[in-house]
Amino acid sequence: MATHSNKPTAYDELLKGLWRDNPVFVQVLGMCPMLAVTNSAFNAVVMGLATFFVLVGSSLLVSALRQWIPRPVRISVYVIIIATFVTVADYTLLALLPAAHKELGAFLPLIVANCMILGRQEAFASKHTVKFALMDAIGMASGFMLALFALGSVREILGEGKLFGLALFGDHFEPWVIMILPPGGFLTLGLLLLIFNWVTERKREFLAQVAEQQAGNR
Amino acid sequence: MAEYALILISTVLVNNFVLVKFLGLCPFMGVSRKLETATGMGLATTFVLTLSSICSYLVNEYLLAPLGLEFLRTIAFILVIAVVVQFTEMVVHKTSPLLYQVLGIFLPLITTNCAVLGVALLNTQTEHGFLESAVYGFGAAAGFSMVLILFAAMRERIAVADVPVVFRGPAIALVTAGLMSMAFMGFAGLVKG
Repeated sequence: MATHSNKPTAYDELLKGLWRDNPVFVQVLGMCPMLAVTNSAFNAVVMGLATFFVLVGSSLLVSALRQWIPRPVRISVYVIIIATFVTVADYTLLALLPAAHKELGAFLPLIVANCMILGRQEAFASKHTVKFALMDAIGMASGFMLALFALGSVREILGEGKLFGLALFGDHFEPWVIMILPPGGFLTLGLLLLIFNWVTERKREFLAQVAEQQAGNR
Repeated sequence: MAEYALILISTVLVNNFVLVKFLGLCPFMGVSRKLETATGMGLATTFVLTLSSICSYLVNEYLLAPLGLEFLRTIAFILVIAVVVQFTEMVVHKTSPLLYQVLGIFLPLITTNCAVLGVALLNTQTEHGFLESAVYGFGAAAGFSMVLILFAAMRERIAVADVPVVFRGPAIALVTAGLMSMAFMGFAGLVKG
């Protein structure tokens, strides 16, 4: 990254979504599905995969068609493209995993209104080549999936003492029911953001210290 | 009549869209830094949500269902919402410049508010009738506005409080929202179902 600081490579675009520009922890986007479906790790993973499919598919299409989309109506075009992919994902899931489809309920069609996806089309896919758009979409979607999984597993472990339905602790564990209820979602995400901020802050302090030492040596 | 009152109370307090159903969180976090903007957003959303839940009911009942096009529901609803938003913007712009100044900048943002699409989808899932859909939409919007305004008032206080550095920004806002959500769980026994 240091050598290409002003012209990022495709690899950088892939990596930035995972940590530096993580859609959830840094940009705080796409919160509705984030909190609503993460009461178990399994739901979180299914939701993550569906979002991954929609984001990658629509980024690909938007960047391939970017020269033909008229500017004044671009948002409507993006929304229709996204809605098409969401419908495909919705019905595929209904056919393959009916139980999970029922569990996620209205939140599958609601991927359309996930501002993270529309945001990537407007901010990135509409301005870059297919290759870069694909890398960016994969990175962002993986970052989103990572965050979903982190939230879902924390809530399931604390709220039910299980992970993917397997009991982790003995019979003595008293589940924190609040964690799988709505307030638990807000609190867990708040605390995850706190940890994220703390790590970033520590890193910044460490880098500042190193720079100071180097300046002192000279 | 009692039935509609129950729907209203249940959507505003018991099943609050923001705090219990997690819909419309983006504007809830995004425009709640100031009380004035929160009020404007609340008003604009109430208007659009009520109108769009009526329109999407009509589209679903008289267009999609007779033609057997239910699989197009997501696309159709998002288009209906976009049209309603655009239409509202034009009407407000023409009729009341004052109102346009207050609501103008919030209107385009509403298209991606998932509460609007959520209400339309939940109305078809629970098979609400015409009036029920309208009341449900209005109740959802009223609940959203109320929570948004309460939250904005709290965030104004947090902004001047001495919050630890790593807690600043969204982290403390989310914890606050969690506490609010916990308080709203107190309404759970008010209406059954």
